[in-house]
Amino acid sequence: MSSAPVIRIEDLLFRWTAGGAPCLDIPGFEVAGGESIFLYGPSGSGKSTLLGLLGGVLVPERGSLCLLDVELIELSAAARDRFRADHVGFLFQQFNLIPYLSVIDNVLLPCRFSARRLQRASEGGRSVRDEVARLLDHLDIDTGLRRRAVTQLSVGQQQRVVAARALIGKPEIVIADEPTSALDAERQASFLDLLSHECGAAGSTLVFVSHDHRLAAGFSREIALPSINRVQGDAA
Amino acid sequence: MRHLFLLAAQSAWNRRLTLGMTLVAVMLSVTMLLGVERIRHDAREGFAHSVSGTDLIVGARTSPVQLMLYAVFRIGEATNNMRWQSYLDLAAHPAVAWAVPLSLGDSHHGFPVLGTSLGYFEHFRYGDDHALRLVVGLPFKEVFDTVLGAEVANQLGYKLGDHIVLTHGIGGIGGIEHGDKPFVVTGILAPTGTPVDRTVHIGLAAMEAIHLDWQGGAPLPGFSIPQQFVQKFDLTPKEITAVLVGLKSRAGVFKMQRYVADYAYEPLLAVLPGVALSQLWHVLGTVEQALLAVSAMVVAVGLAGLVAVVLAGLNERRRELAILRSVGARPGDVFVLLTLEGLFITLLGCVLGVTLLALLSAVVGPLVQARYGIEVAQRFVSVEELRLLAAVIAVGLAASLVPGYRAYKLSLADGLTPRL
Repeated sequence: MSSAPVIRIEDLLFRWTAGGAPCLDIPGFEVAGGESIFLYGPSGSGKSTLLGLLGGVLVPERGSLCLLDVELIELSAAARDRFRADHVGFLFQQFNLIPYLSVIDNVLLPCRFSARRLQRASEGGRSVRDEVARLLDHLDIDTGLRRRAVTQLSVGQQQRVVAARALIGKPEIVIADEPTSALDAERQASFLDLLSHECGAAGSTLVFVSHDHRLAAGFSREIALPSINRVQGDAA
Repeated sequence: MRHLFLLAAQSAWNRRLTLGMTLVAVMLSVTMLLGVERIRHDAREGFAHSVSGTDLIVGARTSPVQLMLYAVFRIGEATNNMRWQSYLDLAAHPAVAWAVPLSLGDSHHGFPVLGTSLGYFEHFRYGDDHALRLVVGLPFKEVFDTVLGAEVANQLGYKLGDHIVLTHGIGGIGGIEHGDKPFVVTGILAPTGTPVDRTVHIGLAAMEAIHLDWQGGAPLPGFSIPQQFVQKFDLTPKEITAVLVGLKSRAGVFKMQRYVADYAYEPLLAVLPGVALSQLWHVLGTVEQALLAVSAMVVAVGLAGLVAVVLAGLNERRRELAILRSVGARPGDVFVLLTLEGLFITLLGCVLGVTLLALLSAVVGPLVQARYGIEVAQRFVSVEELRLLAAVIAVGLAASLVPGYRAYKLSLADGLTPRL
């Protein structure tokens, strides 16, 4: 990956209500390509808000928010949605799968909304299905599980399917929001290993958000959200 | 767009039980709406189809609609008859091209018996100026000959040469039979889709003959005239029920109507079939409008239920919508997704409603035809019905915009993490 920052935030201010107390006030924050960042965020630190901003569903009041050298603030809402679909993969805490879609269809979802992801998933003359199978193989979801309803999978299995969905079509950025909170310690570790390994293989920059310091080992950099946010405490 | 269709379908299938019940409600309401429209249309068509080429219908003074109903459609009974002499006077009038006497009151297995002259087969017209046509046999020649309508012959399985016995009165049950004077089937008419199909035709003389030994609606006790001797009596009728009149020139119709109204020897009434029909529609119009309005309300209830179900499901689906947002769905996609769901159900409800109506027409249609002589057409959908369907779909679409818009607002507010 290039050394240009994948995420660059400058002088960003966000309020939920105009004229209300600021929620995020970040003077500067950068993530370089290929990094894997552990972003420590205790509850109430503005974590979800930052994720909303990075996902392009929220817009800051002022400042600059660049992903891959694209100023999100200058994009229309629809263009931000397209940008997210094309370049960002998301993992959330749990209940991340669409219950009425099969494992494979869940993994394929980003390719339905983004032609770029579809095209990147089928690079090198392979079919998208092959790529889904490859990812699921790597994430230890064996063929028997793939035919089950997603609601029949264990939480750990579900989160690995979600990881495959976040990684399909090699998005430049993968953002994970406490994806391991429902797993026991042993499974947390193995899931983290798998995730960072696959992000590395896909060339995706990983931003892992959690309130649990113990998970920070193995990431290339650890940042505490309170340390980059001027707004402190529960106002955030 | 295609993936949104697929997604909407898969999501709907996931909630098929609740949505299925809503679908049934929409389907039944569509069936009802189109059914009312179809019956209305076919009844009008059937009535308008039943008589043509007759300029005036003349009978004892009553309401025009009533005269029309019993003379042409065999619905109801005449309260008064008219004298035979009045018929002769009418027929002799210089403006009259032809006059066909009608005498009603008897029945055969519930089918009305019509006493008439041979002129009936020559002058009666229905539909687009069609004349009556015999499939087999000839019009009646002897006194006890009878010509059957297509439906009578078909339903009772009669063929030429069969003997049939008429019943006094128009009720099927409890009437006294004219058992001593059976008739011979000498002709069977081709189907017309009009009340003619359900009519047993006999000569006026025969009508007189079977009532020779009757008085006051019952056979005279201890007195009977055998069939072979009826010719020895004068079989000229004294009274008839009504007369169909054709004029030499249609321009004289109002003059003729006035002549009948001013007829000095008994109170008579002449109606123009078209005018009487429009009076009938005027009376029925209110009922039709009310029925259509009720059906429209039922459709509205069905669609309101649909919106309620989709809206109620929305809260449980906030996480689903957030997931879709996170993989790249725009709020607009969410809007389309939810609107499509309502539209799907409406469209499917319309298709199933039309299918159910087609099935019902196929099953019930013949019964209605046999019972009321109204031909229920076995068509798929008429233009008028298509217009109603289009209205239902338009309202369904408009109603579906409500959950669509609500989901749109929700997904804007929720972003990637629903606030549950």
